[in-house]
Amino acid sequence: MGNLTGLLFAGGLGFMLLAIAGGLDFGAPPMLIGSAIQAQAPAETGATNIVTSVVLGYRAIDTLGELSILFAAAASAGLVLGRRHTSAGTQTEGGFILRTGGGILFPLMMTIGFYIIFHGHLTPGGGFQGGVILAAAFFLPLLARPGAKLHHSTLSLIEGFAGASFILVGLLALAEGKAFLQPLLIQDTLGQLFSAGTLPLLYLAVGLKVGAELASLLSRLAQTEASQ
Amino acid sequence: MTTIELWIALTLALMMLSAAVMVLLVKNHIAAVAAASVVSLGLALLFVLMRAPDVAMTEAAVGVGLSSLILALALRRLGLWEVDGKTVKPNPLSLNREKRDG
Amino acid sequence: MIPALTPELILYATAIGLTTIGLAGVVLSVHLFRMVLSLVIAEAGVNLMLVLAGYRWDAVAPILTSLGEQPAMVDPVPQAMVLTAIVIGVGVQALAVSILIRIRQRYATLDRWEVAERMDADIAATAGTPRDVSQEAPLGERPLPPIPAKRVDPSGSES
Repeated sequence: MGNLTGLLFAGGLGFMLLAIAGGLDFGAPPMLIGSAIQAQAPAETGATNIVTSVVLGYRAIDTLGELSILFAAAASAGLVLGRRHTSAGTQTEGGFILRTGGGILFPLMMTIGFYIIFHGHLTPGGGFQGGVILAAAFFLPLLARPGAKLHHSTLSLIEGFAGASFILVGLLALAEGKAFLQPLLIQDTLGQLFSAGTLPLLYLAVGLKVGAELASLLSRLAQTEASQ
Repeated sequence: MTTIELWIALTLALMMLSAAVMVLLVKNHIAAVAAASVVSLGLALLFVLMRAPDVAMTEAAVGVGLSSLILALALRRLGLWEVDGKTVKPNPLSLNREKRDG
Repeated sequence: MIPALTPELILYATAIGLTTIGLAGVVLSVHLFRMVLSLVIAEAGVNLMLVLAGYRWDAVAPILTSLGEQPAMVDPVPQAMVLTAIVIGVGVQALAVSILIRIRQRYATLDRWEVAERMDADIAATAGTPRDVSQEAPLGERPLPPIPAKRVDPSGSES
């Protein structure tokens, strides 16, 4: 009975989506905002990556909301899991390859993470991708040596500092007489590393915040007590 | 879209749909997590075809890497990490009713 | 080759198929971990659908390569939305998984109906009210929980 209802629900949902998708014009988006943004973004934000200029310029408040949702999710996951940590020994020690490789890979992953963050306004990439790579870099030693501990207080300090600086840059624009989070300091050097004004700073804040949040989340998940 | 892109998209679509069905049908939980990350991997490749390199990078880093890591860690904690049908770390509170669902 | 095999058909079928399979899995699955996995799949389908809505024929990726005349670009707004949606999705997954860990610690099972049953008994015991058993499905062969009104220990359902 329950299965039949579920299948009916899924079938009806598929049919509804099909009906909606049938009415869409594939390959010719009806939205006009995209082409308008494309025409004006290089002059207004100074970023060659249009997606970055949307994420941090035209829809920056959206990104701020996204960061707060991520913060709420990470904080409540930490709250649900509790503060109890296992002592070392419940998890098996990583093998020789994992330990050595973790040591070698850590600086490389840090480098590529920051590279992706700093070039977010020029090429594909940015704070979210680079932040995830940073989190993975910090989690790797933890995987190799179960006894190692991440400093949760340092992580939350980084996280809070990054979040505050994101808002601070927005308030700076407000002090300049512009709108909240409007891009500032547009230089005339399109395509250079130091261009796009405050966008790289915002992406750096996003990257640090995402990285710190996800790293502390991963270490919480790895170190909670196995079910008694 | 060129013809070769069409064929790549078709292959990826078939791979993703069959992996999605497998997530629901396969018995072993590790295999289910692996199938879910196959879906994410195909999605990242499709995003490249859809001219969305930013989204493809995010999906490759988050969906394939981090999400699978979180789910695998959770498998460990939930005592569902089983190879060849038996749990590696014997747990006194093993599931009293391991149901195969679908 | 089937003449109707267009990229439109393939991509929309994938997006709709993933969403439907994922939501069907959420509704049908008995194991709670399977439910989280189905949620992941449904999310993938929805993300694909959103990116598809901004696709444009013969367009390039939304990144400037030269300062001169710009070719047509894919709509960047849905891509920016999906970018944030993916990261939110992983946060939601982590939250769901940690709730699962707590459920497993407290009720020692991940079977959907059993967890609902024990949670129901737990809530009734905490509130001190008799349990509502008047649902149309009888309790059947499931082991009956102890009479809730007599229980004072809130963590008594640990096996």
